[in-house]
Amino acid sequence: MSSLADRPANPVVGLRAPHESAALHVTGAAMYTDDLAAQTAGVLTAWPVQSTNAHARVTVDVAPAYEVSGVVRVLTADDVPGINDAGIKHDEPLFPSEAMFYGHALVWVLGETQEAARLGAEAVQVAYEPLPSCITVREAIAAESYQGIARTVARGDAAAAMVSAPRVFEGVTEFGGQEHFYLETHASLAILDSEGQYFVQCSTQHPSETQEIIAHVLGISSSQVTVQSLRMGGAFGGKEMQPHGFAAIAALGAKLTGRPVRLRLNRTQDITMTGKRHPFHISWKAGFGDDGLIQALEATLTADGGWSLDLSEPVLGRALCHIDNAYWIPNVHAQGRIAKTNKTSQTAFRGFGGPQGVFLIEDILGRVAPVLGIDPAEIRRKNFYRPGQSTPYGQLVKDAGRLEAIWGQLVDESDFAARRAEIAAFNAANPDTKRGLSITPVKFGISFNFAAFNQAGALVHVYKDGSVLINHGGTEMGQGLHTKMLQVAATALGLRLDQVRLAPTRTDKVPNTSATAASSGADLNGGAVKNACEQIRDRMAKVAGRLLGVDERDVRFEGGFITGLGKFDQRLTFAEVANASYLQRVQLWAAGYYRTEGLHWNPDLMQGSPFKYFAYGCAASEVEVDGLTGAYRVRRVDIVHDVGDSLSPMLDIGQIEGAYVQGVGWLTLEELRWDESDGPHRGRLQTQSASTYKLPSFSEMPEEFNVRLFENAREDGAVYGSKAVGEPPFMLAFSAREAIREAVGAFAPVGHSVELGSPATPEAVFWAIEAARTAGSASAAASEATLNRNTADVAAGRSPVGADVPALASTEV
Amino acid sequence: MDEITVTVNGRRRPLQGATAHTTALDWLRDTGLSGSKEGCAEGECGACAMLLASPADDGGTTWTAVNACLMPVASLNGQEVVTAEGLGSPDALHPVQQKLAEAGGSQCGYCTPGFACSMAGEYYRADRVPAAPGEEVCEEHGPNGFDLHALSGNLCRCTGYRPIRDAAYTLGSPDATDELAARRTRPAPRAVPTDFEAGAGRFIRPATLDETLRLLRDEPTALLVAGSTDLGVEVNLRGRRAPLMVAIEQLDELRNLTITDEFVEIGAALPLSDAERRLGDRVPLLAQLFPQFASRLIRNRGTFGGNLGTGSPIGDTPPALLALGARLVLASVDGEREVELADYFTGYRQTVRRADELIRAIRIPLPLARVTAFHKIAKRRFDDISSVAIGFALDIDDGVIAAARIGLGGVAATPLRAYATEAALIGEPWNVSTVRAGSAVLQGEGTPMSDHRASSDYRSLMLGSALLKLYSSTVIESKEVSA
Ligand SMILES: Cc1cc2nc3c(=O)[nH]c(=O)nc-3n(C[C@H](O)[C@H](O)[C@H](O)COP(=O)(O)OP(=O)(O)OC[C@H]3O[C@@H](n4cnc5c(N)ncnc54)[C@H](O)[C@@H]3O)c2cc1C
Ligand code: FES
Ligand code: FES
Repeated sequence: MSSLADRPANPVVGLRAPHESAALHVTGAAMYTDDLAAQTAGVLTAWPVQSTNAHARVTVDVAPAYEVSGVVRVLTADDVPGINDAGIKHDEPLFPSEAMFYGHALVWVLGETQEAARLGAEAVQVAYEPLPSCITVREAIAAESYQGIARTVARGDAAAAMVSAPRVFEGVTEFGGQEHFYLETHASLAILDSEGQYFVQCSTQHPSETQEIIAHVLGISSSQVTVQSLRMGGAFGGKEMQPHGFAAIAALGAKLTGRPVRLRLNRTQDITMTGKRHPFHISWKAGFGDDGLIQALEATLTADGGWSLDLSEPVLGRALCHIDNAYWIPNVHAQGRIAKTNKTSQTAFRGFGGPQGVFLIEDILGRVAPVLGIDPAEIRRKNFYRPGQSTPYGQLVKDAGRLEAIWGQLVDESDFAARRAEIAAFNAANPDTKRGLSITPVKFGISFNFAAFNQAGALVHVYKDGSVLINHGGTEMGQGLHTKMLQVAATALGLRLDQVRLAPTRTDKVPNTSATAASSGADLNGGAVKNACEQIRDRMAKVAGRLLGVDERDVRFEGGFITGLGKFDQRLTFAEVANASYLQRVQLWAAGYYRTEGLHWNPDLMQGSPFKYFAYGCAASEVEVDGLTGAYRVRRVDIVHDVGDSLSPMLDIGQIEGAYVQGVGWLTLEELRWDESDGPHRGRLQTQSASTYKLPSFSEMPEEFNVRLFENAREDGAVYGSKAVGEPPFMLAFSAREAIREAVGAFAPVGHSVELGSPATPEAVFWAIEAARTAGSASAAASEATLNRNTADVAAGRSPVGADVPALASTEV
Repeated sequence: MDEITVTVNGRRRPLQGATAHTTALDWLRDTGLSGSKEGCAEGECGACAMLLASPADDGGTTWTAVNACLMPVASLNGQEVVTAEGLGSPDALHPVQQKLAEAGGSQCGYCTPGFACSMAGEYYRADRVPAAPGEEVCEEHGPNGFDLHALSGNLCRCTGYRPIRDAAYTLGSPDATDELAARRTRPAPRAVPTDFEAGAGRFIRPATLDETLRLLRDEPTALLVAGSTDLGVEVNLRGRRAPLMVAIEQLDELRNLTITDEFVEIGAALPLSDAERRLGDRVPLLAQLFPQFASRLIRNRGTFGGNLGTGSPIGDTPPALLALGARLVLASVDGEREVELADYFTGYRQTVRRADELIRAIRIPLPLARVTAFHKIAKRRFDDISSVAIGFALDIDDGVIAAARIGLGGVAATPLRAYATEAALIGEPWNVSTVRAGSAVLQGEGTPMSDHRASSDYRSLMLGSALLKLYSSTVIESKEVSA
């Protein structure tokens, strides 16, 4: 019964439960960190002074700020009693003497009102002594500006296999980053209480680390700081490392003024100050057989880490562990390194390097398939892992057979073959509009690569009246973790969902927690909650066994009642047994703990079994592209995804849909443009607000969106047979990018390899179409079917890829 | 100064602690109504959406969803608003809240109160009619008549929108006990003349147009504010603090819509949504423009006057109005004058309008050209600023182009007429070779720049593409052999 994956009869896990806070969300009653601040009397507001130089030594004169009415204090490096650093690598000075990027916060002004703090910050004088800067990853490569440890994943003999491969391609793949754009920007609220304890409310995915950083900045012990993460208005990885410094500023302000201090970034501050998904530059060489099987891959991945190391090393590690995606690549040599540039410090973002690794192999397959004369769908399926094969880093691909099964189910359910034929007919009839339908897989490793993070704790209280309060170390950012934890607790204690309550996540309840990240929140905390509940249940079973006259092993907990096997006439309520337990002096609360078993990883060799299991899925996306503008629409999406046996189906489907749309945003729409010129605003982010950085809106939602969970999918290694879901489906969005590629290819003669900028904005797609049409007119007699053939412009040297659009190239060599 | 009060969720609240520049959102949050969220403070995300009681065509009230982050709270003097907290409570959910919650429409929940308000605005729309059983529903409408564009100004980063759409499409109609539905039958609050001075500024809502014009004459620093969808962004993002704001969006003379034999006159301060609804298909070019202009939330407040008032080169109404040959009626204490829109713009954000003048109305001469179209090129399909925008108005008699007016936005320091292209088309047959030649000329109009929205090459080519697309659409319409 207590095996991790087994479910009791009539479990509450697996039911379609709405989000535990849904009624609060929809009525505006759900509180977020800054809502608490709005209701705190006497609170001061913190406002940053941001660098207007990409890289410069700075001298700051804060005196003029004190002239502004309502300014209470300006926080500077001199005020820091502990360590002046916001990170764990000690390369992120909280109050820097050297501005490392345009937008870097230099000092913070505390004001009675936001207006006062803002005006005070405007009054601060900063003198800059400019230093050389790298803005693009190419500049960093040229300047050999790197940070952190370079890593290599290798298997077989890629160089030799490349020599013997019948077909060899090489190219460069570059793609941009992504702003998290959680709807709630970073927020902290710090209060110093009468006992000298700092209570910091923070929109953080990693309360324990926020607590540690506050403690080291203030020069106090962790036990003097409590961090609470009530709920976040989205996080997506952006609140894993980034909130610490902000929380520390608020706490420092509280220390120096004795008043509550709030710090909430406005959108532009958030976009210009906090880290994003890493852009990558990848040069690669791939060897294929004529049959389309990949034989060798050599690649150099350069992650653009921004100004500090942050999480760049583990992000790079995960990228290197996902360049295979779902494919068996016998010979691999992939090296990764981290560029240091004068931009925001790039950080965790849903997928954590995985999408960047997958990007490479999907881009290669999409580009070479037409040249090899093989259907892109076919080349993907052919290269799938087979049961028994291992990844380049030496881990057996558990349940590899699911890839074929999911793919087959999706091909059937999406009516793939028939729609392909319809699309071919449509494309033949329409010179200026083309459609494409593409199917791509994902395989994603679950667990933190760093083994120590794979542990979690929980605290469960049963009160005498039978009510239950649970606490765990995971944070709620919208993913529904708390709902799942309630379902786990209700299942383990045999209660109805409404009999269990959950209290906010805080470091004085469960210490030393890991970040709620790597999709592992439910696996880890679910294990811990279940463990705590089962300790209590087993103790209560003894009490109930005595009351019911059965052995404790024959006691059953279900639906809020406790019964004995074969004792049909007698049933006790959970409350009765709880009360009896109390009277018999049986402990009714427990601390639960979980560690993921069987993981090992050698980061120096990049070999081991870092993942507990893999999550699988496939998506088929159909798009329509306008040849005259490059604009496109996603017409239909079908997804079959493996979440194990779902803990909460509606939430899991929500994660899949949301991740897919967010992935499509990254790949097709969301564009971070930095000023790369040598002008006065070099290094400034040009897309620094919601009006210039566009994320998917209703108009990007697929017209038809069918998501199904893969059935009978029990995962033995996770709580109640489920699998993690937060990140893996993000990579299903590659099907949309590949569908655009296929549609663009339809403007060209058969065999044309389409190179697509990323993000594939309408403009990028337009240039790809121009290139496709040029290929057409160059190879065949000009067809008059198309009205708009601006070949002259292209021939006249207007590059199909603008100077600031990531360049692409691939040639068969 | 009389006390300023705003009725929020049925309760009158005095305006305490606010300055002339305080937004409705900041004020709501300061009064403890933290359900309204700030996601961007520039009208893009809708997390701040609330419902405003505004006058309906029939004399009753419409619940109009608006962005609280853009409105000065002083402009709400005497008005009634409803926030998510006022729609329902956790124990007694409003129907839109019920549907959103059930459908999984909230994940992190931060966007959700705003979605609830936008959705409620559409739920209460008087002319929302469910489709008859078996009737085809038009694109982006639910079987219950729900227009998805009502949610185009709300962003959600978590859900991918599908559950929100499903929630919207399964909404029924308000029942007899619904107080907000009943409220629609009574008139909306009237505008209350206001003079509010606090903080670094003063907010005046004059009672009459004359008073407004006198203020403009006497107070050189006076800044007009209509829907505040442009000004609100300046206040929030660029710290603009005009010393004197003069609200004009409730002046009757600026809100009328008149159609005579000679022209269609649209009041400069009539919200775009009102113009959109009341014009219907009367001016097809504008009917094409409206859905591509910002979002429903912005159109519910934004006006023609505000779009033209800034003299911005990337506004969407100028290319359309240039194609329509529109004239502006400028008013001052000295009287009114009419200027051709084509003569109105004189330089980057500069116009012939004097500081003591306001735009009272836009006049579109009749009859309208028969072939018209509006093309907007942007990164995102809805609610994005144009990279380029093009308005076409052509008369084609017996297959020959008799007249042509083409307006362009985003290709120069001011909106432009594409005179060279017009000349290349007029007198020519409407066929592929004319269109190709015209398209080549059109590509050369203006001097587009490269920026974060698009490259200059792309902008130029899109001008050419627009004419080709217009041609294809007329060819398809007239069922000629398709090109
Ligand atoms: C999210 C968002 C999306 C947007 N999308 C678009 C878009 O797609 N296309 C587009 O073109 N614009 C867009 N805009 C800009 C803006 O909404 C429009 O320009 C709108 O028409 C402004 O009208 P308003 O009444 O709100 O102007 P206000 O903000 O009230 O005023 C703007 C300026 O015009 C002046 N003004 C206002 N009325 C008059 C008058 N009658 N006479 C003289 N001067 C006057 C004011 O003094 C002020 O300087 C968008 C704005 C936002 C926030
Ligand atoms: S806060 Fe984003 S629209 Fe108002
Ligand atoms: S639910 Fe998180 S932004 Fe919509």
